[in-house]
Amino acid sequence: MPLSSRHLLGLQGVPKEDIQLILDTATTFREVLERPIKKVPTLQGKTICNLFFENSTRTRLSFELAQKRLSADTINFTKSGSSASKGETFKDTVKNIEAMKVDMIVVRHESSGVPHYLTRISNANIINAGDGRHEHPTQALLDMYSIRERLGKIDGLKVCIVGDIAHSRVALSNIYGLISLGAKVSLCGPATMIPKDIQRLGVTITHNIDEAIANNDVLNVLRIQLERKAGTNIPTLREYHNYFGITSERIKKNNPDVLILHPGPINRGVELSSEVADGPFQIILDQVTNGVAIRMAVLYLLGTRP
Amino acid sequence: MKSLFKGLNLLDPEQNLNLQADLLIEDGIIKSIGDINQKEIQDCEVFDFTGMYCVPGLFDMHVHLREPGREDEETVQTGCNAAAAGGFTGVACMPNTSPAIDSAEVINLILGKAKNHLVDVFPVGAVTSGRKGEGLAPIFELVEAGAVAFSDDGTVVKTSSILRSAMEYCLMFGSTIIEHCEDESMADGAMNESFTSTQLGLPSIPTIAEDIIVARDILVAEYTGGKIHIAHISSKKSVELVREAKKKGIKVTCEVTPHHFSLNDEYVKNFDTNYKMNPPLRTQADVEAMIEGLKDGTIDCIASDHAPHSIEEKEMEFIYAPNGIIGLETQLALVISELYLKKHLTLPQIVEKLSINPRKILGLNIPKISEGENANLTIFDPAKIWTIDINQFKSKSRNSPFDKKLVTGKSIAVINKGKMYFENSFRLV
Ligand SMILES: [Zn+2]
Repeated sequence: MPLSSRHLLGLQGVPKEDIQLILDTATTFREVLERPIKKVPTLQGKTICNLFFENSTRTRLSFELAQKRLSADTINFTKSGSSASKGETFKDTVKNIEAMKVDMIVVRHESSGVPHYLTRISNANIINAGDGRHEHPTQALLDMYSIRERLGKIDGLKVCIVGDIAHSRVALSNIYGLISLGAKVSLCGPATMIPKDIQRLGVTITHNIDEAIANNDVLNVLRIQLERKAGTNIPTLREYHNYFGITSERIKKNNPDVLILHPGPINRGVELSSEVADGPFQIILDQVTNGVAIRMAVLYLLGTRP
Repeated sequence: MKSLFKGLNLLDPEQNLNLQADLLIEDGIIKSIGDINQKEIQDCEVFDFTGMYCVPGLFDMHVHLREPGREDEETVQTGCNAAAAGGFTGVACMPNTSPAIDSAEVINLILGKAKNHLVDVFPVGAVTSGRKGEGLAPIFELVEAGAVAFSDDGTVVKTSSILRSAMEYCLMFGSTIIEHCEDESMADGAMNESFTSTQLGLPSIPTIAEDIIVARDILVAEYTGGKIHIAHISSKKSVELVREAKKKGIKVTCEVTPHHFSLNDEYVKNFDTNYKMNPPLRTQADVEAMIEGLKDGTIDCIASDHAPHSIEEKEMEFIYAPNGIIGLETQLALVISELYLKKHLTLPQIVEKLSINPRKILGLNIPKISEGENANLTIFDPAKIWTIDINQFKSKSRNSPFDKKLVTGKSIAVINKGKMYFENSFRLV
């Protein structure tokens, strides 16, 4: 059974069966990654372009590795900032890359909607590797994979996404995916970091981190963007840590069984204390390994889709 | 030169005229109205316009003609052609050109370019020099040169103190300040703030960014006794503020664009930059408030905010793309399709909002359908069904979200200054 779409633009509206298919396929590739020879010939002859308009070494490396493990040919295009200010327009850049006969494009951009726009100007399969504050579907998929790997299921779990929801691309994808697989999703963060009317997606909101830890099986803790102008959403990072940071004392006091995820890179002493970042509650490095398997699964399913 | 128009429905709400009759125009003057036998008139061109409506020439008080500065996007000439094709005999053009309309030279340049065109062009002068929000533009000089109102459109008049000065200064001429209402400290976004912006992850502009400035401007108008006109009103709360202010007798008027009474922010969902404008498309509740405001008279007029942009600039990542769409050639059809056919407004009300009121706000002469008057007329067919095609536009630009939309209502001809635009060409009447 193939995926229902030839692109992966986000998890909004993606059928549950598709998400499950990706997670199940990733299980197979996860096993490949444990072999001495970690390479399969599945996407031999396919050319994939990683089109990164924003710095994101981790995501790009993860995609690149997944492509190499599947024996695809990879080209990288990295450019930051507005295309308008750099002479060549985004459309011209894409048309140029398209002329090199690429089969798939993995795209990262600071503007929401760029992957959707790409589907209108390119014939390649488009994979969204993060657009603005919109979606980052492979991150959510690897988060769900990691939860399922650790807790055996998603259905019925209580998952809280903690932090700057409004400026995150990870939050929305997680909300869509988790709800679709039957989890109960809540959000925890300062009121200034919760976007308008997000409850309408079927999530609940708390501003109390102790409650969030106590009432959930999983906390997916988002990175606080240090580069955001100080004082606009939160007074100081220190105040953030004091009232929303996850510490081992808080975990021990409220819920020693809670599982901590973090998409990385971590700001130690801000959203997580160092002790938590290195401690037994978290699965942050598993997420990184699983990320390669998830991206292999997505590339494989889209690249071999009839 | 004599032209006879047969079978028109003459509609002029200012004179309580609603009459089926023929119209004879001679050298640009309305010669006679009534049952005219063409055999009795020699050397006369005859147009059978049976069933068409003939109204005082339509007027769009908010267009961007882009000249001087961005002649690649629009010129006075192409903008006027678009106006004529869309059924307009007059436009007021906004001062955010390059250089801005903040000197008599720029006004003279624009008026010079427009001089021989059928469409009347009335420049709006900048409130502040270079539209920078710092010092007043030479308003006296601009009035003398022909500015009909003042605005820093594209941006808000930055401080309350300069707005107050401008309003007081304008009291000397009775000129209106046209305000682009946007609190810049809250307006760093690409769409309206709502559940939709949350779902799309786009940086957003809350309606209060508009409301706060509308409230400020009403207070300044009340205090100074000056006249304020709210451009492209889009938020429900702002309409309420204007409604209350009018009740108190404050001199405030406002306009709405066709996109703000016909589209809501859910249209942004496919990230098509032709749905990116400023103010942004709002929620359905706001759209309904626009229609309510039009019905009860809170909203005085309809204007397109015709904002041409090149394809290269508009075909861009959503957050970088410029704001605005062109509207001169779609406006009448959207008004008829969305307001007349849906029974929100009658044709006389539409004529008020598209012809009479904008001229009143700017203090211009109002054309009359009456013997001996200059013929300044729009003839349109409110029942004509057609499909909008951006490639047929006379405008130099193509940025419209209404391409391929099936609409009802079309301008057939416009007449002004002894000229007529009909079937894609100009001729004398
Ligand atoms: Zn404006």
